[in-house]
Amino acid sequence: MTRVRAVGLPRWLLVPAALGVTLVLLPLVAMVLRVPWTDFPALVSGESAQEALWLSLRTSALSTVLCVLLGVPMAMVLARTSFRGQSVLRSLVLVPLVLPPVVGGIALLYTFGRQGLLGESLELLGIRVAFSTAAVVLAQTFVALPFLVLSLEGSLRTAGERYDVVAASLGASPSTVFRRVTIPLTLPGLVSGAVLAFARALGEFGATITFAGSLEGVTRTLPLEVYLLRESDPDGAVALSLLLVVVAVVVIGATRQGRAPR
Amino acid sequence: MPARARRIAGLVAALALLAGVPGCGADDSRTLTVYAAASLQAPLDELVRDFEAGHDDVHVTVSYAGSSDLVAQISQGARADVLATADTVTMDRLVAEDLTDGVPAVLATNTLSLAVPPGNPAGVTGLADLARDDLTVVVCAPQVPCGAAAQRLADLAGVRLAPDSEEQSVTDVLGKVTSGEADAGLVYRTDVLAAGDRVEGVEVPEADRVVNDYPVAVVADAPQDRLAADFVALLLGDTGRRILERAGFGPPR
Repeated sequence: MTRVRAVGLPRWLLVPAALGVTLVLLPLVAMVLRVPWTDFPALVSGESAQEALWLSLRTSALSTVLCVLLGVPMAMVLARTSFRGQSVLRSLVLVPLVLPPVVGGIALLYTFGRQGLLGESLELLGIRVAFSTAAVVLAQTFVALPFLVLSLEGSLRTAGERYDVVAASLGASPSTVFRRVTIPLTLPGLVSGAVLAFARALGEFGATITFAGSLEGVTRTLPLEVYLLRESDPDGAVALSLLLVVVAVVVIGATRQGRAPR
Repeated sequence: MPARARRIAGLVAALALLAGVPGCGADDSRTLTVYAAASLQAPLDELVRDFEAGHDDVHVTVSYAGSSDLVAQISQGARADVLATADTVTMDRLVAEDLTDGVPAVLATNTLSLAVPPGNPAGVTGLADLARDDLTVVVCAPQVPCGAAAQRLADLAGVRLAPDSEEQSVTDVLGKVTSGEADAGLVYRTDVLAAGDRVEGVEVPEADRVVNDYPVAVVADAPQDRLAADFVALLLGDTGRRILERAGFGPPR
């Protein structure tokens, strides 16, 4: 079925649009052109590379789960209630979105680090966060959470409360409405929010290197490995960069595929 | 909202204009651009002031970063007049690409030292402590100059390094120690001196056997080649030697 366009696109828009596409795609093309294809399998199957990839996938998946567990209630509170200071709270919660990740890492260090706000109490409990894989997950969750909250809050507002109200008037408890009506209705928003959060966690660099350090198999994720290799082994860095891009594209593509085009 | 759109357009135009200003430098002052290893910052800042005082209308801008980064930037076309790196391996990469003017000269040497937080809470006394499991130890990754030196030092002393983190640069290591996150880190002697009372140094007898040479060179086709040569002469001369030594650097070997 062909769609009918009511208003034609102004022709001149195509020029900046093409420029924008070029700006995004050209560097990717340039990188792909630099990939040493004959050595590629060896470069991405090395032990350090595999450790980094596996660590990245594990931590990003865990961060995404944490983002969903914490972010869905946050989005509900922001979208479905109103209280004094709500807009201020929303702005504050979204701060990691605009904060340079390095600054986030420093803030996390002053919270969970050994000399940090909670660090001393945690130390007494025998919990060491800094320089551990848990620190990587914390850093990733910190930077990725706003993506999920923002995306889900948007779809909660778009979906509106009509169906929730109907379900409640038929006797459903708030928990039942949440489980059976609200979540299913906003599932596309939740999924795209989770994908965004996963992608952001996968690419996380600044907060991780500042807060978690860099040790193979423990805290050195794929972006950190790329950064380390770019000096001593540029070919390896390019190969791993491509791997990162491929993983991101596959994840985004897979979730887009699952949704029917509107 | 056309009024708002116009305001935004105006803002964008103003920003574009601002960004364009440095491009039309019509003044007659000359700018010397120096790329230098981050560990050289304290003495070099002093030498730059010295140089500017002796040359009217000359402004010196220095970009401090990791040596490998600096070399990569120059080989990708960054306009620099002088380059000083923290080891010969990085400088040799530029020499191999024929991007230096003449042979680099060594301006100073540096050795490693153990850095611990003030008060030395973990009671670190030497390299052997770096193998202790109960300590949080931070070193540079073997891929960067300070990490390569740390590895050589550990091998010489027969110590197996068991770091909790392998950092990207020596300043990252120092940061983890000054913040108290790490019990000990391997950094350059000069870093311990520059950090003042934010860290304590623990002298390592074996360190004298692992020495980093700091080479300096005029970059090929430097826009300010005459000034660049003058600046290198200042670094290699008596004034340079004195200021570098005060910062803890050793004389060239």
